[in-house]
Amino acid sequence: MIGPRTKLGLILLMSPLLLWLTTLIIIPHLDMLYVSLREKVGVRQYEFGFGNYMTFFTEPLYWNTFARTAYMSIMATVLTLFIGFPISYYIAKIAKGRLKMALFLLCLVPFWVSELVRTFGWMILLRETGVISSFLQWSGIVNQPVEMLYNDAAIMVGLVYTSMLFMVVPLVTTLDSLDDSLIEAGYDLGASGFAILKNIVIPHAVPGIVTGSIVVFMLSLGNYLTPILLGGKSSLWFTGMIYSQFITRFNWEQGAAFGFLLLGLSSLIVFVGLKLSGQTLAKTMG
Amino acid sequence: MNENIPDLETVSVNKSFGDFRAVKDVSFSVPKGSFFSILGPSGCGKTTLLRMVAGFLEPSNGDILIKGRSVVNEPPNKRPVNMVFQHLALFPMMNIYENIAFGLKRRGESESVIKQKVGEVLERVGLPGVETRQADQLSGGQKQRIAIARCMVLDPDVLLLDEPLGALDLKLREHMKVELKKLQSEFNTTFIYITHDQSEALVMSDQVAVMNEGIFEQVGSSRELYYNPKTAFVAGFVGESNAWSGTVEQVKKDSVKIRTSSGFTLMAQTKGEDIKKGQKVKAFVRPESVRLALKAKEISSMENRVKGVVGNVLFNGANSRVLVQNPIDGAEIDVAIPQTGEFASLAKGQTIHIGWQHDQARCFADKSGAK
Repeated sequence: MIGPRTKLGLILLMSPLLLWLTTLIIIPHLDMLYVSLREKVGVRQYEFGFGNYMTFFTEPLYWNTFARTAYMSIMATVLTLFIGFPISYYIAKIAKGRLKMALFLLCLVPFWVSELVRTFGWMILLRETGVISSFLQWSGIVNQPVEMLYNDAAIMVGLVYTSMLFMVVPLVTTLDSLDDSLIEAGYDLGASGFAILKNIVIPHAVPGIVTGSIVVFMLSLGNYLTPILLGGKSSLWFTGMIYSQFITRFNWEQGAAFGFLLLGLSSLIVFVGLKLSGQTLAKTMG
Repeated sequence: MNENIPDLETVSVNKSFGDFRAVKDVSFSVPKGSFFSILGPSGCGKTTLLRMVAGFLEPSNGDILIKGRSVVNEPPNKRPVNMVFQHLALFPMMNIYENIAFGLKRRGESESVIKQKVGEVLERVGLPGVETRQADQLSGGQKQRIAIARCMVLDPDVLLLDEPLGALDLKLREHMKVELKKLQSEFNTTFIYITHDQSEALVMSDQVAVMNEGIFEQVGSSRELYYNPKTAFVAGFVGESNAWSGTVEQVKKDSVKIRTSSGFTLMAQTKGEDIKKGQKVKAFVRPESVRLALKAKEISSMENRVKGVVGNVLFNGANSRVLVQNPIDGAEIDVAIPQTGEFASLAKGQTIHIGWQHDQARCFADKSGAK
């Protein structure tokens, strides 16, 4: 039996969390949902309806932008995974002692400066008058300035760079928990390095891979700064659409609807991804 | 194939980690089909030696031969040896069938052959029909057998076992000792077993090597090690012993008189070892070699006699012991209680006489000398 005192203690312990969730997450979202379901019929005249949501599906620009954003985010997630996995494996299994700490810190260091500064760093490197362009001209490989900013590749570079830590941390944690003797047993039983990776290391690392991928995907999808700054006018990122609805066009109703669509569709993509890879959220988090 | 080629042979194998020499010039050979144990305290280099045989470590110098062929330059996945790991290392992401089939699949065997072989090996270890279970659904002893089956299905020349019984509880460990020995004779494969538990080594092995500080102190059958230890370390490590360190006071033909620093004197035999007067030595007496007597005259013929007080009676069924306090140095002497009923009423504080012949006490030069 839970006594009244225990119950009071539980309520007191839970209250900061509940307060946080209610005031900062639940109330704004409910309000946003309410706003998104208002259709503007005239000056200061609103009607209840799904018109704002319908706009997304009837206007090709919007859902094309969303599809592009989702596709680019999935690509960024896959790329981050492919680059992050060997790094994590090295940190977790090969590096020892101080080297391990140092490498882990090196992954963390870029996150001590703000995302804005980091993105400007990439701009300094990639722009027409930037470091790489100047170097190529100086070395004679090209004879005129090259613009490397404002294309999809630049966005991809920025997204992967920004997300790397969020892939490396869960991967290092799960790979760390892989008993070395399992790898040795694999070798002992005659497996090649690739067979061990495929049959032992990756199956063990699945929870880390799924967690990292979900985080990176969500961060990329919801990223605003990197695509806008590195992609310039051609970026066409869904968060940019939401921003312009709210700020430029002052159409909060439309912006709110887009916000909810982003939430719903990204959750759907994660769900489908989990189903396709045969994972469940409970298994990954547990 | 020549029957005389040993399954495993090492030729002055050395391994150093920086300045630390973990394994020093170890040479031994293991004949085909035998159960060979390496017994030693933790940190003696036995795991290092085993890992060199498995291929996870490279010897600093020396050679390792399996069936007469040097394997030093072969990676672990190419060597004809398999290893049962300390914590077994069954793959948790696979079921029992996949665990056992793992090595066969790597060899590219066909699915039907794998299926048949897995079934056979499970039959042999006495666990038929567990193919679809997960490793964590099995008991400790069953996991053990699966780990052995996973190696034996590959038909290795040598099976290495790295203290696989360490994690089991006492009862199961006793049971698995017998089981392992049975499995070994059934598969008729050479087992190299490392352990710090002397009873595991003595019960199961055809040959035991006692290892200490990177060297083999003695290699022999369990009986030889127990009754005829060659060094002080072996005498102290294998089996229970009462030990004294002291200085040689008098040397006779094959016995010496030793005086400890606290003034206790005893006679011990040297068994051919060259021991001089004034030399520092260690003497060992097994608890079962000491005679207990209620009256002094019963043991008057013995060269070493102590009239002591019963300190504690350690009752353990047939292996009961009594700790007799030696009035000269205050130390307790461990004595086995004969199961004749004569001493059934032994109680703390009682005066008792104990004695042993000089040939029951073994004396060795004290190598730690200066310490």
